[in-house]
Amino acid sequence: MRRYWLPALLIVAAFVFPIVDEAFDTLLIYPVIIVAVYVMLALGLNIVVGFAGLLDLGFVAFYALGAYVVGWFASSQFYQVSFSFGTAASSLTGEPLQGIHISFWFLLILAGAFTALCGVIIGAPTLRLRGDYLAIVTLGFGEIIPRFFQNGDDLGGFNLTNGTIGIKAVDPPGFPFLPESLDAWKQFGTLDLHPWYYTILVMVLIAIYVNIRLRDSRLGRAWISVREDETAAAAMGINPVTTKLWAYALGAVFGGLAGAYYGSFIASIFPTSFSFNISILVLCMVVLGGMGNIYGVILGAIALQGLNFYLLPKINEWVHSIGDYLGSSLLSEADIPKYNFFLFGIILVLMMLLRPEGIIPNRQRAEELRGDDAGTGDAMGGAPRA
Amino acid sequence: MSTQEVTKTRSRALIEGVRASSWQSRIAVALVVALLVILLEQAAKEPDQFVAQLIIGITNGAIIALIALGYTLVYGIIELINFAHGDNFMIGSFVGLTVLSGTFLGLEFFGAIGGEGGTFLNVLGVLLALVVAMVVCGLLNVGIERVAYKPLRNSPRLAVLITAIGMSFILQNLGLVWKGPAQVPFPELISDANILPGDSIVFRWKDLFIVGVTVPLLVGLSYFISNTKQGKAMRAVAQDKEAASMMGINVNRTISITFLLGGILAGASGVMYGLFNGITVFNVGFTQGLYAFTAAVLGGIGNLTGAVVGGFLIGIIGSMADQYIGVEWTAIVIFSVLILVLVFRPRGLLGDRSAVQGGGE
Repeated sequence: MRRYWLPALLIVAAFVFPIVDEAFDTLLIYPVIIVAVYVMLALGLNIVVGFAGLLDLGFVAFYALGAYVVGWFASSQFYQVSFSFGTAASSLTGEPLQGIHISFWFLLILAGAFTALCGVIIGAPTLRLRGDYLAIVTLGFGEIIPRFFQNGDDLGGFNLTNGTIGIKAVDPPGFPFLPESLDAWKQFGTLDLHPWYYTILVMVLIAIYVNIRLRDSRLGRAWISVREDETAAAAMGINPVTTKLWAYALGAVFGGLAGAYYGSFIASIFPTSFSFNISILVLCMVVLGGMGNIYGVILGAIALQGLNFYLLPKINEWVHSIGDYLGSSLLSEADIPKYNFFLFGIILVLMMLLRPEGIIPNRQRAEELRGDDAGTGDAMGGAPRA
Repeated sequence: MSTQEVTKTRSRALIEGVRASSWQSRIAVALVVALLVILLEQAAKEPDQFVAQLIIGITNGAIIALIALGYTLVYGIIELINFAHGDNFMIGSFVGLTVLSGTFLGLEFFGAIGGEGGTFLNVLGVLLALVVAMVVCGLLNVGIERVAYKPLRNSPRLAVLITAIGMSFILQNLGLVWKGPAQVPFPELISDANILPGDSIVFRWKDLFIVGVTVPLLVGLSYFISNTKQGKAMRAVAQDKEAASMMGINVNRTISITFLLGGILAGASGVMYGLFNGITVFNVGFTQGLYAFTAAVLGGIGNLTGAVVGGFLIGIIGSMADQYIGVEWTAIVIFSVLILVLVFRPRGLLGDRSAVQGGGE
């Protein structure tokens, strides 16, 4: 029973957090929600990079696809049609709403299924490639998809994505069947963030549970064996291509779910929010925390986003006050948060040089990465191919 | 054997080849031919525009080819996709700009060369910018290799790739700190005027400048690799590191020299890019680097001729896409080329030299 103590404690802490936050008036709930979205993304990428050992540099594509699924089916984007289904949005005039409005809860499932399908479509022709070529192909997809959304306002005269203006006024989630007394849960608002918080918390907990179950499953062991030695795995009767495709599809599902949640939370979806930097940021979280270790990855996500939201503005203030004290305009006007990717670059380099297995290492991965004769294996920690 | 018989066997071999080919490659060839026909039809309609676009494509292609050579040299020797190479190119353009503005490390060495000082000063400025950028980028590339890649020489390949991505971000942020987030203008040192008489075909001094810098660099590189002792050592290390070191070749030094060469070419192309396009920006290296990587893969990574051919092809594909599809779709077209080549012909058009030579895999 001992090993359940810490997780149970953390889950309880997560559930009471909004109450504590309100009591002490620390206003941390908004950043915590964003951190949770990134935890979700990192857990998804962990399946691809950590478990299966495939480097994916275009993970942001699935995030974008998930967000656009919500944008398309829960806003007035397709104003030509009018279709509502279980939506929390209601029209003020009483006339039927323009565009497609489907309940957020159905869209979550739809986004997951759609991104899984996209993962398979992207993965299927490319998984035969060598590890580094595969990384570049995923990078290519990660660049193409946001650009496609950016140019998608005039596809043969059809406005699919509204271009750089983006899709705005996305419906909030909610449970429209609830009584009036539970107003905040009937339609999630921007003032009371508690429903938003508990939604992402449940999503993250499900993601963690699925991750743990996957790791300990037959498929999880297949991933490890393919990662270590594809040829030997194939000889043991594992089909490497289907195994890798599962990793791609399942990783994509979590990316899509995170994107769908983020899209409705921010309520407006711009193609520029899905840049290459996000792929790298999420990769950084996985590498920093420890590839293949679920708790490490969560810690990595919290640490890096905490750095972004909390530590960098603080350092900025310190540098400014030092600059004011010394009378140096260079220091007092420096914009430290602008250089956060400098930090992420350094984290990637230093982690690979000094501790490639991450803060909380997965024992097996650590041995693979530390192996003296790792050779030129393809997968992360792959076996030598003599 | 008479000539007729030779032609007969040749045509028979061609038919055999077509019969043996897979459906994938047949479809690919059919698609490429269809695209070429559409393009030529457009060319026949407005030949002037087509030629102008072709020249732009060739000059852009020359810049891309120089960057692609850096990727292909490094990949040929240590099988690493040097992700930071594109950002090295960006640093090259920034160094060139700094030299032209006359300041370095906050010191005012000479007045800014802005194009008002006459032809002699312009030529001198361009040459100085080129040389300084080449030296700085070459040394920077060697330094990056020493610090970031050398300790990981026996690590899994993807670990080194992640390090390279990290270096790319560090360099990009360095550029951001150095010149700020906005586009920075380059002085107009090279005339936009047409060299050729008449208006029908436009070949500007700028285009001549690009060709005039690229060709000697390519000839020099080719001479270095095929005719010098150090070039021979590079080829040997690319084939088999262990055997090369047994023959008394200093492998580490050879790898450093490879990075030096790649950096020199990236520095030169950075300055050329700035002078040709009139602007540069801190993240220019990302897209240009990816275009160049596409070029290297298209030609067959590890293959030097392939990188040059691929560079010109990508330049032309880019300028044609600008004209006939739309500027905003160019990046998508080129990345699609990258994915299609990697998926359907990962060895590239001219063949992956590292694979053929058995260096690595």
